[in-house]
Amino acid sequence: MSDFWSAWVLILTLACLGFICFVLFSTWKVQRKDSTEETVGHEFDGITEYDNPMPMWWIGLFLATLIFGAVYFILYPGIWPGKFDGILGWSSTGELKADQQKHARQYQPLFEQYAAKSIEQLQENPKALSMGKRIFLNNCALCHGSDAGGAFGFPNLTDHDWVWGGVPAEIKASIMEGRNGQMPAWGPVLGESGVRNVASYIRDLSGLEVNATIEDLASGKAAYATTCAVCHGGDAQGNKLFGAPNLTDDIWLYGNSQAQVEYTIRKGRNGVMPAWKDILGPEKVHLVSAYVYSLSHKDKTAE
Amino acid sequence: MLKHDIIEKNIGLMVLGVIFAISFGGLVEIVPLFNLKETTEPVEGLNPYTALELEGRDVYIKEGCVGCHSQMIRPLRAEVERYGHYSVAGESVYDHPFLWGSKRTGPDLARVGERYSDEWHRAHLHNPRDVVPASIMPAYPHLNENLIDSAITPKKLAALQKLGVPYTNEDIASASDAVKGKTEMDALVAYLQGLGTVITQKR
Repeated sequence: MSDFWSAWVLILTLACLGFICFVLFSTWKVQRKDSTEETVGHEFDGITEYDNPMPMWWIGLFLATLIFGAVYFILYPGIWPGKFDGILGWSSTGELKADQQKHARQYQPLFEQYAAKSIEQLQENPKALSMGKRIFLNNCALCHGSDAGGAFGFPNLTDHDWVWGGVPAEIKASIMEGRNGQMPAWGPVLGESGVRNVASYIRDLSGLEVNATIEDLASGKAAYATTCAVCHGGDAQGNKLFGAPNLTDDIWLYGNSQAQVEYTIRKGRNGVMPAWKDILGPEKVHLVSAYVYSLSHKDKTAE
Repeated sequence: MLKHDIIEKNIGLMVLGVIFAISFGGLVEIVPLFNLKETTEPVEGLNPYTALELEGRDVYIKEGCVGCHSQMIRPLRAEVERYGHYSVAGESVYDHPFLWGSKRTGPDLARVGERYSDEWHRAHLHNPRDVVPASIMPAYPHLNENLIDSAITPKKLAALQKLGVPYTNEDIASASDAVKGKTEMDALVAYLQGLGTVITQKR
């Protein structure tokens, strides 16, 4: 705060305290000393008021509040913020920092101990995994579900199918930096019948029943080879570098009905995993990565 | 005996006396805030809302989001841990009015931007139970159908410009086109994804 506003606060506060003291003492001094039967003179619906002195307990309380105010003003910032922050030197952010330091003293060694271990090593540590699980439930479960089973558009993390790779380093990178799986809209390129044929072709690859002729499938295959194979691969096994899913298995992020697959091809998809490094920090990401890894490697962990 | 009769029996004097007594608090606690750098200057990197975000903000107000969601991360460890850096005044200087809120039925949204994907917000606003089974938030499927009235968007920007938000005349001229054909859902998601993204470090 600038000197002007510090002075403003100081002067007005002292003026206010002074004025209240003046009112109290000037009234106190001139009031009568003994109790009386005399009234102050006004009457409302037959109710009158004795002209008695203010009770001492009330004056005492009033004085106590004034003293409290003055003491508070000296202990806490107020007299000249920036230059003199009160005897206690308190500030809300200072209190936050102290609280965080206290918390860090207690938990930082634990986080560091886990951060020093590899994600595979942490699989043997139920305590680390349960910490990871809590972080997961608070942050990740909104999209991936509290059982990590995923939802429409949000991948299942408990199976062995990984769009962006499932080794520990890849899982951790996905969480730290986020991912953006961009499937372009192919409707304008392929045309309506092209979209239908490609959808039929890739559904046929997964062994789904399709309502299409041999010619349709052949045409879908040809269109696939020129448009889709760049990312999803010639064998449609996907490519984790682009986050292009495997199209030959029975796992479908955006549904496997003919209409859903056609929609995905026609309009494209844009799957975004946000980056968590700034929100959680590396130690917590490490723990939650270990938990996510454990979900598909449960056989190794004793629960 | 002081003649307090004089004040008690004269309503004009009484009013003046009351104003005098209560003005101390306002003069000491409120007036300096209008004149401090920390409360009147934007934090570094803060940009005014885009036209679409601004319309989203109005959807946020219209749908009463502020009734259940605050946008004010207090400097308490638990909140900083959960939501990120505590809110600072310089982040809200372009908000007229600010939407800090005080009812915390749902989570604080001051830093919800870029925390979840656009698709998640769409699914969640359409029906919160689809993605968060235990949620008690109402569903807002109509946001997908209502279009933004692009005719009045430039007027909103112009009004804020008068209040000191640094919109350029080009911003105002292009505002209509920026929101044409967009749904309230598009606008609200754009607004939410921008919230609190200027300060990214954790603490």
